[in-house]
Amino acid sequence: MDLNSIYTELIMEHNQSGHNKRHLDDPDHKERGHNPSCGDDLTLELEFDGDIIKDAAFTGHGCAISQASTSMMIDLIKGKSKREAYNLVDTFIGMIKKEVTDEKELEILEDAFILQNISNMPARVKCAVLAWHALQESIKEDVR
Amino acid sequence: MEKLNVEKIREDFPILNQEVNNNPLAYLDSAATTQKPLSVIRAMEKYNRSSNANIHRGAYTLSIKATEEYDKAREKVRDFINSPSTSSIIFTKNTTEAINLVAFSYGLDNIGEGDEIVVLITEHHSNILPWQMLVQRNKAILKFVYLNEEGLVDMNDYKEKVTDKTKLIATGHISNALGTINPVKEIIEYGHEKGAIVLIDGAQAVPHMKVDIQELDPDFYVFSGHKMLGPMGIGILYGRKEILESMSPFLSGGDMIEYVEEQSSTYGELPYKFEAGTQNVEAAVGLKSAIEYLEDIGLENIKKHEMKLTQYALERMKEIPYVTIYGPENIKNRSSVISFNIDDVHPHDVATILDSYGVAVRAGHHCAQPLMKHLGINATCRASFYLYNTIEEVDQFIESLKNVRKWLGYGS
Repeated sequence: MDLNSIYTELIMEHNQSGHNKRHLDDPDHKERGHNPSCGDDLTLELEFDGDIIKDAAFTGHGCAISQASTSMMIDLIKGKSKREAYNLVDTFIGMIKKEVTDEKELEILEDAFILQNISNMPARVKCAVLAWHALQESIKEDVR
Repeated sequence: MEKLNVEKIREDFPILNQEVNNNPLAYLDSAATTQKPLSVIRAMEKYNRSSNANIHRGAYTLSIKATEEYDKAREKVRDFINSPSTSSIIFTKNTTEAINLVAFSYGLDNIGEGDEIVVLITEHHSNILPWQMLVQRNKAILKFVYLNEEGLVDMNDYKEKVTDKTKLIATGHISNALGTINPVKEIIEYGHEKGAIVLIDGAQAVPHMKVDIQELDPDFYVFSGHKMLGPMGIGILYGRKEILESMSPFLSGGDMIEYVEEQSSTYGELPYKFEAGTQNVEAAVGLKSAIEYLEDIGLENIKKHEMKLTQYALERMKEIPYVTIYGPENIKNRSSVISFNIDDVHPHDVATILDSYGVAVRAGHHCAQPLMKHLGINATCRASFYLYNTIEEVDQFIESLKNVRKWLGYGS
């Protein structure tokens, strides 16, 4: 195991910056994501403007990987339509499950692409996907 | 044996002699499960090669041999914990099943509306959830006893929580999350004075210290084989004979009956009444061998060795400014479990980073979420030592700890 491929500068940056870790003034939707086996617990807050995700933020606690992954996801989905965001979640979870491996396809994940290495760490997969599952739950009804 | 020779012991545990992530493995998670010596592995192999058959079936030689092996294992357990009778020793799948057996078989019939059950805040989920289910079903009340300033069970709080409505008290002998040794003799005596039944969860105690049932005198005492060098899939329920006799079966079916009619049946005698269906005989054989191994080394020697490691580890950890250690301050109240956190680093990241140095520790809530909430933390890391761990492994653990924060971008 190469720790350098996991605890990268980008992950550390997202873990420590906390720029997405806050409450929204008037969220339209809140979704709690919880990983009972390890205790990671976060709440995603979303503000919509019609079909567009106008703003997003999170609160809660978890390991560096879950915190960074959540922050990267929020940077990625802000300003996107629900459908676009839903597809991004699909691609991300596909990457972590090693179902999507084509780098061209994964480019759309921007910063979050760096989490690809987590797919080689079965013990940490749940940390990486926690927020993405919460987002999926939040918007799945709207994109059916 | 006078003193424990750890180098010699390690020769009996081939699994420990391996590299993990290009470092020697330092297995510091024996509180979760222990490794097996060759003698245990071989005893189970020998049983499967020469004696395996279903017990209590038919008159053929193999079945008789298997039954004898199973009976010998039960007698070994009785002797090990000094139970007054062999029929008070019930084999279960694990500690969890043993507690569930008591909650459902004893509890449903004897603990009713308004009755109270008292547990400690330090309990493992397996000693909370069965009682929660029971009180919800029978409209009883579940009460928690909290810790005092020293991090020990607050005996004043205990004496306040136990009232004349208290029907059952369930406490761990040693906390799996903090390593605290609880004053179970006092807990049992006071509980009995108040007319309550007392169950002790000894999963973290029996592997590490001499437990004498006749001296402690609990009504129920439960533990697991896999935390004491034995295999997974075998647990033990000791129960006071009169109480066990008064209880209905927990699981029902094959091998636990006397007469079976279309609409009703009578049940077998103790201990068979509580052992429905085909049992894990090879695990019982392995458990017997594990007890023999522990007796051969000597529980006193094991205790001395692991407390030497614990004391050394605690001293070295206290030298590191960003490490917080949980649990009792006085080592006399501790077993060989150290729960800790590193400033600014989540326990899961700590465990991943330690793993990259070959060090295996547990991270999480240790199946003790109410305790974590009470302490105001989300999770901890936990290192735990046993007879096969070495001072060198503690050093490897400490040196690895010092590297953790660097990986997360902190100066030191």
